[in-house]
Amino acid sequence: MNRFKDAEHLLRVALVFAVGILAFVIVRAVLVPRSFGEYGHYRGNSIAEIAAQPVVFAGHQACEDCHSDIVALKNKGKHVGVNCEACHGALAKHTEDPGSPQPPKLDTAILCVRCHQVNGARPKSFPQVVAEEHSSGLPCETCHQPHDPLNDAGAKP
Amino acid sequence: MNISRRHFLILLPAAAAAWDCVLAGTPEAAPNYTLTKHWWGMLVDISKCIGCGNCVRACATENGVPDGYFRTWVERYHVSDYDLPNPTVDSPDGGKNGFPPILGAGGKNFFVPKMCNHCADSPCTQVCPVGATFITPDGVVVVDKKYCIGCRYCIQACPYGCRFLNPKTQTAEKCTLCYHRITKGLTTACCEACPTGARQLADLKNPNDPIHAFLRTHSVQVLKPYMATGAKLFYNDLDGSVR
Repeated sequence: MNRFKDAEHLLRVALVFAVGILAFVIVRAVLVPRSFGEYGHYRGNSIAEIAAQPVVFAGHQACEDCHSDIVALKNKGKHVGVNCEACHGALAKHTEDPGSPQPPKLDTAILCVRCHQVNGARPKSFPQVVAEEHSSGLPCETCHQPHDPLNDAGAKP
Repeated sequence: MNISRRHFLILLPAAAAAWDCVLAGTPEAAPNYTLTKHWWGMLVDISKCIGCGNCVRACATENGVPDGYFRTWVERYHVSDYDLPNPTVDSPDGGKNGFPPILGAGGKNFFVPKMCNHCADSPCTQVCPVGATFITPDGVVVVDKKYCIGCRYCIQACPYGCRFLNPKTQTAEKCTLCYHRITKGLTTACCEACPTGARQLADLKNPNDPIHAFLRTHSVQVLKPYMATGAKLFYNDLDGSVR
């Protein structure tokens, strides 16, 4: 035992290290969220948190469940590929409670020109007009039924 | 408030249990959704884009994007004849309110919708020092708001300029590919609002997705392929002048 008779200082250093490592392990276990590293170097639960964000646009399927008549009319015309909320705006609240938040009345003078006002960068095959010359200030729905725009007879004020 | 030693000892396990809840976090939000069965991307058909700005407005509405910042935006290119390297690009307010009549005569003009490319080897996730931004197992690049320290490394690292620092939360923000929608079986807000079908959400792991037939039969490109980012925002009819 003669060899270790002055080893006390070494033991003290070893003890300090051991306490330090233990403290690190404990603090790490307490502070690092359990899902960290579940899939990779990030908090696995944040995936579910991001997925929990509320939906604002209901999606066209929700519209079709109730408004099948309008959808049938739209499917006959040129606007077949245009989803309801592209013009009517985000209406998830309306689908959750059809009674209270009614969709706002749309102003075709603003809405139609958004897509159909002539613009040199638009594809040539896309129907475009100079709105001022085309309608001389009249609202579009005077002649065009927005759900079936080429069917003039269906126009309503 | 005076807490006796006895009360403290009684409260200790309760506090430990509460902290345990904090560590465990929230449970799975979409139980019918399997992460490993999807690999999301998007198809943008430039020949169909009419620059109406519906996607930009829809994105802002769906995700509460602050004014003047964009998770998606639309650019208008004007290329004079034979001058591909020097296009004129404008994007007034991200194209949110449409575009004024065309800039110059002659040449060609077209719209290019832009957003996060949801790269499979994304530079932005590689530089995050705290593991706040990452690629989900279904291929979407997202930001963990609770972990982001707002250091802006990722904003500099993105070669497509798709990230910004939210002025309110001071955390990095970007397109999530409407993760809260696609995990519920809906399409993204921008695709929902696009009137011409210029944007199509694509699930590359779904064999029935029309994306596969489209990729086989069209000349499809990604932006900055030389960056080897593994971008999953596929452009059909992309002009060589687009940066």
